[in-house]
Amino acid sequence: MNITLNIQRYNPDTDEESYFQQYQVDVKPTDRLLDALMQVKRFQDGSLGFRKSCAHGVCGSDGMRINGVDGLACKTLIKDIAAHDGDTVTVEPLRHLPVQRDLIVDQQEFFEKYRAIKPYLINDEPVAGKERLQSPRERMAFDDATSCILCASCYSACPIPVEQPDFLGPAALAQAFRFLADSRDRATEQRLAIVDTEEGAWGCQNHFQCTRVCPRSILITKRINETKRMIKQSKEKESS
Amino acid sequence: MIHNFDTVIVGSGGAGLYAALEASARSKTAVLSKLYPIRSHTGAAQGGISAALGNVEEDSAQWHAFDTVKGGDYLVDQQAAMILTEEAIQAVYDLENRGLPFNRTPEGRIDQRRFGGHTRNFGEGPVRRACYAADRTGHMILQTLYQQCIKNEVSFFDEFQVVDVIIEDGSCRGVVVVELATGEMHIFAAKAVLFATGGFGRIFKITSNAYANTGDGPAVCARRGIPLEDMEFYQFHPTGIMGLGILISEAVRGEGGILRNRDGERFMERYSPTLLDLAPRDIVARSILTEVRAGQGIRGDRRIDDYVHLDATHLGKEVLDAKLPDISGFCRTYLGIDPIDAPIPVLPTAHYAMGGIPTDVHGRVVIDREGTIIDGLYAAGECACVSVHGANRLGTNSLLDLIVFGRRAGQHIAEYVKDAPAPRPVADADEFARAWIDRLLDGADGPHGGAITDEMQVTMMEKVGIYRNKADMSVAVDQIQELRSRYQTVRVQDTGSRFNTDLLELIELGNLLDLSLVTAVSALHREESRGAHSREDFPERDDDTWLKHTLAYLEGDEVRLDYKAVDTSIWEPKPRTY
Ligand SMILES: Cc1cc2nc3c(=O)[nH]c(=O)nc-3n(C[C@H](O)[C@H](O)[C@H](O)COP(=O)(O)OP(=O)(O)OC[C@H]3O[C@@H](n4cnc5c(N)ncnc54)[C@H](O)[C@@H]3O)c2cc1C
Ligand code: SF4
Ligand code: FES
Repeated sequence: MNITLNIQRYNPDTDEESYFQQYQVDVKPTDRLLDALMQVKRFQDGSLGFRKSCAHGVCGSDGMRINGVDGLACKTLIKDIAAHDGDTVTVEPLRHLPVQRDLIVDQQEFFEKYRAIKPYLINDEPVAGKERLQSPRERMAFDDATSCILCASCYSACPIPVEQPDFLGPAALAQAFRFLADSRDRATEQRLAIVDTEEGAWGCQNHFQCTRVCPRSILITKRINETKRMIKQSKEKESS
Repeated sequence: MIHNFDTVIVGSGGAGLYAALEASARSKTAVLSKLYPIRSHTGAAQGGISAALGNVEEDSAQWHAFDTVKGGDYLVDQQAAMILTEEAIQAVYDLENRGLPFNRTPEGRIDQRRFGGHTRNFGEGPVRRACYAADRTGHMILQTLYQQCIKNEVSFFDEFQVVDVIIEDGSCRGVVVVELATGEMHIFAAKAVLFATGGFGRIFKITSNAYANTGDGPAVCARRGIPLEDMEFYQFHPTGIMGLGILISEAVRGEGGILRNRDGERFMERYSPTLLDLAPRDIVARSILTEVRAGQGIRGDRRIDDYVHLDATHLGKEVLDAKLPDISGFCRTYLGIDPIDAPIPVLPTAHYAMGGIPTDVHGRVVIDREGTIIDGLYAAGECACVSVHGANRLGTNSLLDLIVFGRRAGQHIAEYVKDAPAPRPVADADEFARAWIDRLLDGADGPHGGAITDEMQVTMMEKVGIYRNKADMSVAVDQIQELRSRYQTVRVQDTGSRFNTDLLELIELGNLLDLSLVTAVSALHREESRGAHSREDFPERDDDTWLKHTLAYLEGDEVRLDYKAVDTSIWEPKPRTY
């Protein structure tokens, strides 16, 4: 089928402002949006800028806004965004992050916020040359959060950063939960202190937009609420 | 711009990051990567990392080494395989200690499952050796190592693409790099450089590899006189999603999945009576193709894109959800089927390069049959060839290779740079890269790269694929040469400087073309069948003539071949049956 890609363009070398450009592509309904973008890049206009790598939803490179919904171009099939011949699909860069070129955004701030929650296991207790034990139940307690690919789709979908640019955002908070809920980690207090703030867990107002768009189906909002409960419990413990 | 470091690591997949953790603790280290580190293709690895922990049944590092040697059809260097499998055990514990969330046994230990070619007691039957984190083991390794690098404040230069290596007087002096964000060219002068740039599946049409897997490290080295070892051995994974090549991990068969032809027959019973569906990959891939060619594919039309079924419907929802969730997701997303209800249509997909930059067991690059070393030049991971995979890699041994040899290389570098002379600038080090880029950007009229890429991938897939013969490969060599000369006329459409992905992709295409040529020529000359290299015109393994590693030197438009001995000091080569 033939569809039109309506793509937001911006080249810092030449453009004052972004604009939209249309491309006609011949695609199969089961093609990925990424296939269509590659068709443009390879055979129509090599200057179109976007990131990509794995092409099957595991590396997090190609987060973008597709008909106003944040997601991965490689995990979005044409049939899910264009029902009929001649349909138009609008593609824009992710929100809340500075656009560097076309669909490429500057992820620095996103990664800084990730780093802020100390995204690594902290446990200085000695181990006797083997694994630390962890029951299957303990392991599953943080399972979904471990599959985050840091694609920033949730960050773009979240309405909070509009008013509150310092908000850590859904991905960083989900990763804080990932370590808070890991029975092997020993930095609970440190990490709770980081997220027990207005920029942290309390910034979340349960809009659920992140959960809706996450291509890894992480129950982000739920994990943030669990984190809020951990904060409360730890305070109750302190005061009792 | 010129930067000075003790150590430069090129690539931030599993191999690069592990090396970085070791090297950065003791030397001034920069990690350059054309992708953000966590976008590296290590993150796509699904099934597992092997180590004879013996957590669920008896196992030993020696059995593991033997399986590796036999799986590699005796082209494996055997002492290196012993190092791999002995150090595997501590390597996996280290990953766990650093936070990797492995699946667990009821006792809370790291759980293990079956994988192709891994056996107990020298081939008696399958053994549970693959440690795993659901079906995203590579993702977890990449995340864990990246997290540790954050903790240890490793310095990263993200989206910096290496385009050349500086070698002078037998030692490595640094690399030449283009920064994506600015288009600026940088020289990173260093005492030691490690290439960990991953695979190059993108020379083939159907592949499990990422767009970024363009073999930049091997290509850059080859152009500077470094030979490439055993490039004819390229692994086709038996089970890629039909048409797309997206990998369906061997873990599906490890958990009990079964391959079936159009009659519903479990055809592996005929090809590998002992290991069945868990035979090594070369054998399973050939078996599938043989079925398809005999009209036993699902459509039955004998065409090259006919397929077979991977049946996981009997595994139960619990196993699929807990142990294979991502794969189930791929099937739902890209095929619109749920593996609990319907078999998965699969076909072999180009997957893994056994060959690459020759190294010793410390990651040092070795440039000839005598074992001559280039001081300060190292390689590790898929782009390197130690060789622990020989003619065919066993599943789960690559992630292991990254960790064991990435670590060894990092440690050796840390020692080496202590006494190595300070990096000296080399005049006009970026001359070659500049000339190349200036040509691509000069605004002259010329074709774009899309068609050349397509033709290269189709040629390699059809003529240097699973089954090979002299006539096809001779044609392939000519066609690749023709594409290489057309490449000289290619021009970018984007002549800007910032985020010029057009330019960087065309540079990658140049790399792919060079590696295609080396692969095709190496394959054409090996007149035997061994592991993944299957010659229709030479169907037998020939140890008398061919028990040796290929060393291919790219010299301008020619490829010169030499050979070096295989270390068979532990096990004598035997016929390979399963
Ligand atoms: C789908 C899939 C599943 C797999 N599953 C398994 C499995 O279950 N078990 C197993 O053992 N193996 C598996 N493998 C194989 C294994 O994952 C790979 O061989 C391995 O991850 C490669 O790691 P690496 O560190 O060598 O390279 P990669 O992880 O590919 O990293 C390469 C790095 O080099 C950088 N780079 C490349 N070129 C340049 C350049 N010019 N300049 C700067 N940087 C550059 C990239 O940015 C990247 O950071 C799988 C492979 C695939 C494709
Ligand atoms: S939580 Fe989901 S949407 Fe957000 S960065 Fe991670 S994978 Fe992407
Ligand atoms: S290209 Fe990797 S997630 Fe889409």
